[in-house]
Formats: sequence, C-alpha cells, structure tokens
Amino acid sequence: MRPSSFLLVAGVVAAPATAGTISVTIPRLPVAEYHKPYMAIWLEPAGGGAARTLAVWYDVRKGGNEPGTKWLSDLRAWWRKGGRSLALPANGVSGATRAPGRYILTLPTDLKPGAYVLNVEAARETGGRELVTVPVTVPNGAAQATGKTELGAVTLSAR
Amino acid sequence: MHSLARRLLAAAALLSLPATLSAHRMWLLPSGTVFSGTDSWVTVDAAVSNDLFFFDHQPGRLENMKVWQPDGTAGQLQNGATGRYRSVFDVRLDKPGTWKIGSQNAAVMGSFKVGGVEKRIGRRGPPLPGAPAPLTVADIPANATDVKLTEVAGRNEIFVTAGAPTTTVFATTGKGLEFAPVTHPDELVAGQAARFRFLVDGRPAAGLKISVIPGGKRYRDAEGGMELTTGADGVVAVTWPTAGMYWLNANLTDAKTTTPRATERRLSYTTTLEVLTP
Repeated sequence: MRPSSFLLVAGVVAAPATAGTISVTIPRLPVAEYHKPYMAIWLEPAGGGAARTLAVWYDVRKGGNEPGTKWLSDLRAWWRKGGRSLALPANGVSGATRAPGRYILTLPTDLKPGAYVLNVEAARETGGRELVTVPVTVPNGAAQATGKTELGAVTLSAR
Repeated sequence: MHSLARRLLAAAALLSLPATLSAHRMWLLPSGTVFSGTDSWVTVDAAVSNDLFFFDHQPGRLENMKVWQPDGTAGQLQNGATGRYRSVFDVRLDKPGTWKIGSQNAAVMGSFKVGGVEKRIGRRGPPLPGAPAPLTVADIPANATDVKLTEVAGRNEIFVTAGAPTTTVFATTGKGLEFAPVTHPDELVAGQAARFRFLVDGRPAAGLKISVIPGGKRYRDAEGGMELTTGADGVVAVTWPTAGMYWLNANLTDAKTTTPRATERRLSYTTTLEVLTP
C-alpha cells in the first residue's frame, strides 16, 4: 500500500513539469457584420468552488465613454462565476480579442489534481453567445467538446 | 484636444453614421401598437444600441421626431425627455386609425482637402456640447481637392393603431427608400407571413436586403435574426416565428445622387413591428 501511494504522490509532483494544454477554436462566421468575440476561459472544481479564470479576451485598449470593460458582463456565466470580482486588466489573464483561428493555452502548473470543469464562453457583438463546458481530470485527463455556433472545438490534454 | 482622443472620437463618430451598414442600431419601441378607443396614449422609447431592445449605448434624438395622425396631418409629441441611454415621449392617440411616428434624416457627409489637410463635412455621431458646427457642402472652397461626398438619407418609423387600422399614413412620396406595406404592420400574427413592399424613388426596390431581428436579445444565446431579400416586385415576405417586437432594417447604396459632386447615396429604412399571438 505504501509504495503505491508514494508513486501516486510522485506522479502528482511530476505532473506540473509537463503542463497540459487547452486548445480553443474560434470559427469563421459568414455574417455581414462580424466583430471578434469577447471570450472567457476558466476552470471550476467539479464539486463546486471558486472559479479560476485562465483567460479573458476583450477590448482591453478601448477607453473613453464606453470602455471595453463595459461589455464584459455579456460573458454572462463567467461574469457570475467570478469575472465580476476580478480586477482587470489582470496579468497573464486578460488579452485582446482574437480573430477566428485555433489558440493554445497552457494549464497553470500549480493546478491541484482533481476533477474540474473547463468552461469556454464567447459573446459576440451583433451575434450570439455560447458556453462550452468540458469535464476534465487533472492530471492525465484528456477531453474534448465542440461548440455549435460561436465556438469550435475545445480540446484539453492535461498530461 | 489630444490627438489620441481626437482619433478615438473620429472612430466613435464613424460608427454612429446614420446609415452605415455597420453596428449601432437605431430603434423606436412603442409601448403597444394596437389600442382600443380614442383615449389611449402610446409611450415610445428611442435609443441606439446593438442588443434589441436594451438601452445601453446612446439615446435616440427627438429633434426630428414627428407624428402623423391617421388623416396624414401633423400630430403632437408630448412629454419628450432624453436620458443617458434613451429618449422617451408620448403620443395621445385621440383619433381612430393608424398613426405614424418617426423621423427622417437627410444629410451630405464626406471630406475634402485644402493644402493637403483633410476636412470633414457633416457631423458624425451625436452632437457634442461646445463642439463647433460641422462643415457643410457650402463650405467647400474653390481650391479644394479630393472632394468625396455621400448623400445619406434614412427613415425610422413606427405605426400604431387606435381602433380599426387605416392606410392613409402609408402614402409614399417617391423619394428615397420607403415602406409600402401590403400586410398592415399593426395586423401581424405569429406563424403567418406578412408582405411588405419597399420602394426606391417610388419604384419597387428589387433585391433589397432586409434584416429582421427579434427583441429580447439578453435572454437567449442566438441573435435569431432573419436575412431576407425583396423580389422583383420589391416585396418581401416575413414569417414570424413567435410573437414579440421585431426590428426591421433595410439598407441600400446607389449612385443616384442629386447633390453636385456626390458620388454615392446611402438609403436606410428602419421600423419596429409588433407581432401578436395567433
């Protein structure tokens, strides 16, 4: 019993060295008026608990009367799950909106092992809004889900 | 003013051009469209925003807002007020029939250069307090180069009916983009097709693109809009998926200008339609 639990611990300790990755795809949409979506990517412990925002992509540089932060609450689920109490811009978390394409993020290396739900939410001006959730296990979990309208494939390889 | 601020203003202003195909939808939202008796009031919200019908960007302007009584004569707009995000006003529907409420705009926008310096014609966006009056076509000096002028004309109208519907207010003028409904806009029912004719300078607007977008954006994920096109007779058929308020918008760009040196004409038509349950 003792050796195996030792091995388990060793495995956990080793996990951060090979960080897992999240791949998110923003689809190209054939619409007359396209604006790059606001997006939030976050992890929630499967059993409930504080959400950890990995990325929020919005109009960071837009200031003035209607700064880019004004529309962050349109990421409705993220806003409720913790976005509203996050001071922005946040280092390593906030970034500019992304054009259609595939983007890779690394999982935080200090993530504790366990079951999580990966959430990816997108909201587009004059467009729709979509939330894709993927149950994942850290470490060693691999999972995938695909959005229907605003999001493409969301893949997680938590090696 | 700092140049960055000026650039931001210019960018913001471009986005609020009255008849662009771009964002920033202007809308009127009546409290109702079907009223009984001649003792009713309709109260109307006027705003500019992308999410219909939520006030979160700019108020609508009341200066050009007009009321047409069922006999076509001018009516009275009352209790007008403009807040941060919306304007509001009332109309007392004291005569039976269909009323038209709305505004028309017509302007010439553009730019020219004098000595290599670009100057703009026409105001972009809402009037700013203390801002100088915008330049007009009359301000173009003889030595100007690179003159680019665009005529912009739009209508934003709603129709409300007290008692039985009438059609006098649908009389068209033969100028610009106009709405000539076949189905009365105050008799719209979910699940049934409505037919509307659009006219350009009095003739059927064939192949005109029409956007129909339902209200209540915040409470669903999809925009849920319909993109439709008029036929050769200028008629578009709209089948309403559910009851509710819908925003209808049509835009057209052509070269049939009347202003000397203007090369392009941008026309728009906007209305808000209420669809009731069958």
